[in-house]
Amino acid sequence: MKNLFKEVWTGFGSLLTGMRITLEQFFKPQVTVHYPHESLKMAKRYRGHVVLVRDTTTGKSLCIACKSCEKACPSDCIVLDGIKREGEKKKSVTDFKLDFTKCSLCGSCVEACPIDALEFSKNYNLASTTKESFYQIDLYKPTLEAKAE
Amino acid sequence: MSIPEPFRLLAYLVGFLSFVGLNAAYLVWVERKGAARFQRRPGPTEVGYAGLLQPIADAIKLMTKQVLVPLEADRTLFRLAPVFVLTPALMCLATMPFSAAIGAIDFNLGLIMVFAFGAINVLAIMLGGWASRNKYAIISAARVVSQNVAYEIPMLLVVITLLMVTGTMSLREIVDQQAGGFWNWNVFNGIWDFRGGGWGHIGSNPLAPVTFVIFFICMLAETNRAPFDMAEAESELVAGAFTEYAGMGFGVFFMAEYANILVGCSLATILFFGGWHSPIGILPGLLWFLVKLYLLIFTVVWIRWTFPRTQFYKLLNLSWKILIPVSLITLVLTSVMLKLF
Repeated sequence: MKNLFKEVWTGFGSLLTGMRITLEQFFKPQVTVHYPHESLKMAKRYRGHVVLVRDTTTGKSLCIACKSCEKACPSDCIVLDGIKREGEKKKSVTDFKLDFTKCSLCGSCVEACPIDALEFSKNYNLASTTKESFYQIDLYKPTLEAKAE
Repeated sequence: MSIPEPFRLLAYLVGFLSFVGLNAAYLVWVERKGAARFQRRPGPTEVGYAGLLQPIADAIKLMTKQVLVPLEADRTLFRLAPVFVLTPALMCLATMPFSAAIGAIDFNLGLIMVFAFGAINVLAIMLGGWASRNKYAIISAARVVSQNVAYEIPMLLVVITLLMVTGTMSLREIVDQQAGGFWNWNVFNGIWDFRGGGWGHIGSNPLAPVTFVIFFICMLAETNRAPFDMAEAESELVAGAFTEYAGMGFGVFFMAEYANILVGCSLATILFFGGWHSPIGILPGLLWFLVKLYLLIFTVVWIRWTFPRTQFYKLLNLSWKILIPVSLITLVLTSVMLKLF
């Protein structure tokens, strides 16, 4: 009988404690990020799909079309092509396609690149209604658009 | 009132319907926003400013959906249940005095009427569950019945305790007895009664705050609110008795849940917190009634997002082993105090 009274009393007390805690949380600022309107900055080592590094002054891709990445890729995701333009010492890339359905973001291509012309992007907003849109992600086109700017 | 009789009733009918509709819609918003704040999220923000148009968007969505009746279901009862679940709540509101001037019916059995119609709510949920011919719905219906039977008893015991003190069942008279400051409210005046004037005398129910707590717990259980929402335990019973309802059929059950909270909190305001009377003696009227009502409703939301759902047998244990004995103690104590002082 005495135990019952004690249990009811302490039980009721613990209920009030619980309510105090939730009320304290009620007046604290929110902790979630309101996603489509604001988003978190990706961590430094976050791995999005690879992109071509561009020359900071000319905006051109640094890629010399040596095809090391193509060879290094364990899943054969990368297909690239390049030509040697007049008056330039090195070859330059003309086509760079990534099959993102097979890519496992292992980073072999980034490591294999002799001139660090590949890096991981921070792009995580990848969504599509068809699988086909990830078969050939064109990595060369964005570097051309930058030139136009 | 200057409005002739049939028009006055019509005005109240429209008033209650819109009050219940508006509250049911916006209590959902309050609930979602409250839940979000307790969990430190923003809650609905997209439709209208701070998501204020969200309930309207939800209502439109529900209304455009087809009202499906399962093939196996008892078609008449299935369609009748939503009507049965909402009407009692409206009937209960009719007896509530919202302020000195606002109140549809004032008769001396108001409190009995509220409880009589409150009991129909259980029947309606049971009918809905039974008519659905769905195992979850039937389990839920059985739970609702046993839960409500268990909690009706302490609630009525508590109300009897209160009635012995007030000596009337007219809600208007109960409110009027609590005029003055907050120390005259039934939740406090049992401890020390100032209403006689002067320094007052010892009250008739020293356990009055406990009485209120029991009433509030029973109210939560009767309206099937968390932590007593066994009837629609989402994780176990899908949506409980409402599983088979689609579109506005479900919407009506949803409205009825909030209408019942409204009735329960109005009743608590009237019985324990002095209805429309101001706690500090200024601006008596509808304003204070609504302030008290919505503070209680906020507490209901607050409790929902604080406590996890109880187990079913613990729920019954709480009623039979704790609430009923304690309410019996307050009942006996009050009758002794009334006889002695």
